[in-house]
Amino acid sequence: MADAHERLRALHNARWRIALTLTSLMIVLYFGFIALIAYNRAFLSRVLVPGLSIGIVLGALVIVVSWVLTFVYVRWANRHYDTELKALQASGLGADVATQEAR
Amino acid sequence: MNTTAIGQTNVVAMVLFVIFIAITLGITYWAARRTSSTEHFYAAGRSISPGQNAFALAGDYMSAASFLGIAGLVSTTGFDGLIYSTGWLVGWPVVLFLIAEPLRNLGRYTFADVVALRLKQVPVRITAAFGTLATVLLYLIAQMVGAGGLIRLMFGLPYETAIVIVGAAMIAYVLFGGMLATTWVQIVKACLLLGGAFLLAMLVLARFHMNPAALFNAAAQKYGAGVLAPGKLVSNPLDAISLGMALMFGTAGLPHILMRFYTVKDAQAARTSVFYATGLIGFFYLLTFVLGFGAMVLVGPDAIKAIDKGGNMAAPLLAEFLGGTPLLGFIAAVAFATILAVVAGLTLSGAAALSHDLWVHVVRHGEASAQEQLRVARAATVVLGVIAVMLGITFKGQNVAYMVSLAFAIAASANFPALLLSIFWRRFTTAGAVTSMLFGSVATLLLIYLSPTIQVDILKHSSAWFPLKNPALLTIPMSFALGIVVSLVGARRHAGEHFGAMERQMHLGGAGD
Repeated sequence: MADAHERLRALHNARWRIALTLTSLMIVLYFGFIALIAYNRAFLSRVLVPGLSIGIVLGALVIVVSWVLTFVYVRWANRHYDTELKALQASGLGADVATQEAR
Repeated sequence: MNTTAIGQTNVVAMVLFVIFIAITLGITYWAARRTSSTEHFYAAGRSISPGQNAFALAGDYMSAASFLGIAGLVSTTGFDGLIYSTGWLVGWPVVLFLIAEPLRNLGRYTFADVVALRLKQVPVRITAAFGTLATVLLYLIAQMVGAGGLIRLMFGLPYETAIVIVGAAMIAYVLFGGMLATTWVQIVKACLLLGGAFLLAMLVLARFHMNPAALFNAAAQKYGAGVLAPGKLVSNPLDAISLGMALMFGTAGLPHILMRFYTVKDAQAARTSVFYATGLIGFFYLLTFVLGFGAMVLVGPDAIKAIDKGGNMAAPLLAEFLGGTPLLGFIAAVAFATILAVVAGLTLSGAAALSHDLWVHVVRHGEASAQEQLRVARAATVVLGVIAVMLGITFKGQNVAYMVSLAFAIAASANFPALLLSIFWRRFTTAGAVTSMLFGSVATLLLIYLSPTIQVDILKHSSAWFPLKNPALLTIPMSFALGIVVSLVGARRHAGEHFGAMERQMHLGGAGD
């Protein structure tokens, strides 16, 4: 049981590491875009092909990359987090918690 | 485009809208027979599938402000409007990474369940309910006033009649059908909105060889290359960053969004539903690129502003241009359905704060019978619905567009920091939580009042005491800092006491199953 608690702790920490890393990437991605808008107008105005300025391409990319990051997280959680959690539950951990009524 | 059917009674819109009301009331009748407990009323009996919840989340989130507002902004300012398209999406990954799963495992109906889990119930519930109600009411005012104006413009109905129709339908959904009916109303609305936006975008692109670049290029040729680059809207970079913070972190503190995670069976389902929802919402905001520039090129900014100064009629005008009165009617009905669904979701989350947080846990100290809880929840729904109608009528003709970003600022500064700290910081205390939430709501409201948004734009003063249009840049970090400092200096005997159990429950679940 002590071992299972230890493993849950490790899983807990791993989840926060992934969650905080991905959140930081989101912050860099979006506020990087906003910073470019605020401080480097010339760069965003550059036209790649007629009709597509770097600004428009990056704007669309912010949306697409945000979604890709959610995909990265869901894939990790489905593969590693859920598997480890199931293994822990099979070892009997959680029986003490599951009976607890939330206030 | 000198003649438009906007402002006249549109038969197609009327018929479609009546059909929408009939279908959603049918759903409500079906749901009412399955709503017999608070678990059903607040959380649809945890029976919603991840796919359904994804559409419902999208439906709750994509308000008329994003559909009509962003399309209007892009059509009149070009690239500047796109800043909003991206900003409205970036909160969703944050919801997924930090909030959705712990929330599902730790709470039952409201986000206050999570904050109060290992802290003192009464003070935490009161302040959390205050933050929830402030967010919900401001959001409701913006939606109701928008609905009244929209319906007057599109259907030719009087403003007050429109507000009362919206209020009555919304109360009916929530009162009788609870979360199950509200969820299905959101799903129907999300399908209509995504379908309508997709159809419009395809009709626009069909005129440009299905090539978005050709459309953007046509806009640049007609109105100058400036429409493809940042313009005047972001004259103050700090304003842009502040608004961005409100949108990014506010999404993770919106009560009606957070409440949705309780409607699925477990944390994994909550996770999957945010992933799909992010895809749906991202797709929608990509469509707004095409809709906005489509309206700019095909209708023209001047024609759009002639109908409505704010540009809100860009999408309907585009629909009329592309498909005549029938398509205008369809889009008008979609916009109306959009508002109706959002106000229903907001009202339900506000009712949960009043009944579950305030009545059950503060007044009754958690000792209310199941029947009493359900009765109070329904009474709270009616009260909030009536308040929403009254506020809608009170604010008639006012510029309330800022209230949505204000609601986001409060959600980001009052709800999000306390929620996040309670989930992952062992030493968070009751005093820390209460200070953080109270400061978040009060400081945001105060600074908005002192900001150029109110002082210059509305009260017509020459300057404002506080320089930023949106206070989130200041209030979010301060709300975190206060929560942390007050926890650290206060009595720390009990802090962290139940954190171990909470940590296990965060992964293994146990609440509300």
